[in-house]
Amino acid sequence: MSDLQPQGRRTDPKGFIVRAVMMLAQLVIPLGIASVTIFDDGDMGKLIWAAPFIAALIIFNVVIAYLQWTKLTYTVGAADIRVESGVLSRAARSVPYERIQDVSLEQKLMPRLFGLVEVKFETGAGGKDDLSLTYLSEAEGERLRELVRNRREGVSEVAAEGEIVPPEEADVLFAMGPRRVFTFGLFEFSLAVVAVIGGLAQQFEFLLPFELWDLDEWEQRLAGPGQWLAGLGPLAQFAGLVIAVAGLTVLGVATGLVRTALREWDFRLERTAKGLRRRRGLLTRTDLVMPLHRVQALRLNTGFLRRHFGWHSLKIISLASDSGGANHDAVPFGQMDEIEPVIGVTGFELPPIDAKWARATKRYRVDKAVLASLVLLPVTILVAIVGSPWLWLAPFFGLLYTLAEQFWRWRHDYRALGERQLYSRHGWFSPSLAIASRVKLQSVEIAQGPIARYRGYASLHLGLAGGKLRVHGMPLAEARRWRDAILDSIAGTDFSELLEMKCAVAA
Amino acid sequence: MDESDTLTQLDPRYKTMMRVSAGVVAAVLLVAATIAEIAIPGWTGVVWLPVLLVVAYLVIYLPMRRYATRGYSLAEERLRVVRGVLFHSDTVVPFGRVQHIDVDQGPLERAYGLATLTVHTAGSHNASVSLPGLAHEDALAMREGIRAAIRRDTQ
Repeated sequence: MSDLQPQGRRTDPKGFIVRAVMMLAQLVIPLGIASVTIFDDGDMGKLIWAAPFIAALIIFNVVIAYLQWTKLTYTVGAADIRVESGVLSRAARSVPYERIQDVSLEQKLMPRLFGLVEVKFETGAGGKDDLSLTYLSEAEGERLRELVRNRREGVSEVAAEGEIVPPEEADVLFAMGPRRVFTFGLFEFSLAVVAVIGGLAQQFEFLLPFELWDLDEWEQRLAGPGQWLAGLGPLAQFAGLVIAVAGLTVLGVATGLVRTALREWDFRLERTAKGLRRRRGLLTRTDLVMPLHRVQALRLNTGFLRRHFGWHSLKIISLASDSGGANHDAVPFGQMDEIEPVIGVTGFELPPIDAKWARATKRYRVDKAVLASLVLLPVTILVAIVGSPWLWLAPFFGLLYTLAEQFWRWRHDYRALGERQLYSRHGWFSPSLAIASRVKLQSVEIAQGPIARYRGYASLHLGLAGGKLRVHGMPLAEARRWRDAILDSIAGTDFSELLEMKCAVAA
Repeated sequence: MDESDTLTQLDPRYKTMMRVSAGVVAAVLLVAATIAEIAIPGWTGVVWLPVLLVVAYLVIYLPMRRYATRGYSLAEERLRVVRGVLFHSDTVVPFGRVQHIDVDQGPLERAYGLATLTVHTAGSHNASVSLPGLAHEDALAMREGIRAAIRRDTQ
């Protein structure tokens, strides 16, 4: 058994260099600030005194990084992976193979230059408690991943000994070229970014060579030395405003493009024997495998504008957590005919044409609108009487918005219960459709507030691993019917069978 | 499943326990009210009376209502927990989805021989459903029952 080492292995020596460089980079900023504050009188004499201290500090840190590197060992055992670390206080963590849900590899910019990866063993403990090895060589990372996967599948390691397993070729389910990423970036134009930049521009306009919001200044500037535009005062002001808005728009679009390109560059979703494999990213390249049997539900999103061009995104809600959230982007930006095959692979399906869609009860929407009016109407009147002339428009528009939203959502929010799945479509500006498997739900709760009880409707809260699924405004009798139906589906399968089903669903 | 069929009531001692813990809050309120009453000159009872009403609500009425609205059932290998005076909730967790089970006893619960049973699922919403106010031996028996059901399913 070539892969079982009796004693621990160290991480890649180059990892130590990367860590040292990253640590130095972190040191440079405080040192820079310190030197600016200390030496701002231009006295270079002090620098000669300070230099040995700085050198000692750097050497001290490098020595510590070296000691940490020598003391961090990992052992690939017969039943578990153990990592021992610590210079003064020792820590040992062991993770049995059965508990490792997945192994993910992550490459940040610096390690990538050295051909190193960070290997994370996901146990479902969530984020911090997971085991991670910082910086192994790419080959070692791949080997560990294969090893853990095969062990989980029960494949003997001996069988693979001697032969070098080529990186498995897989069918590409979805990929995004530069053009698609560019289009995606255009739609990622973020109003929030524009607002932040606009605010910053106002805060820091002393740094800009011109005043962004000073319309008179623009007038002068545009009028130029010839003064031939001077007569067109208001027009020049208008032009200035247009330029300011256009500038912000360009900035917003550019930010969207850059952010999207960084995240989604060379996006590839492939189907492998172990599940869906996703690779993406320009500077930080991530490589992630989503085992198919751990897919809990799907979410189909679209946006206010992109809806009209047929662009949708598909997210997978799964037991393992993506960095940050449990929703994995499977198709970030694609047309429905591209998304449909991916949905098929996950073992789910789009709602059938004859699905029995139902709206939330009218009472639920009316109550919400009435409640909003009860709060916002007095506020509007109060502000109109006491506040400054135009301030009352704020709560008034808030009220109009809520009423319009309730009406829109009454028209467009639907739910349906299928044979194997349930569907819930909701949202105003960015409508989304949740597709959940009835078997894979964890619990069902019928919740009713005092008003809901009086008016005879209820919300259905469904326990979903890795996500949230609520259906609001159902008549009580229907909520009970849904619950009974879902519970009957759940009762048929135990949780452990769900995990062991592997790809049976998708096959 | 109907609104109240086959729901088991909680242990009657739970009502007393809720009264005692509300009594602690009530005592603090009463002390504060007494100080305010002495500090503020004027009519007697201007602070006392409303506080007494609140205390009566907390100690007498609310535990009674809470006790009446709570209940559980274990029928069909499902744990059903019903609770809520104002905001009503009715949660069902099938035994097959239970990950692990806790039986907790606070100091007050121990004095009354009560326990809280908590079942954990893999869900993010309602990831843990707790059922307070069970007699300790009942809670242990329920835990064994759920555990046996899980083991039977996994084999």
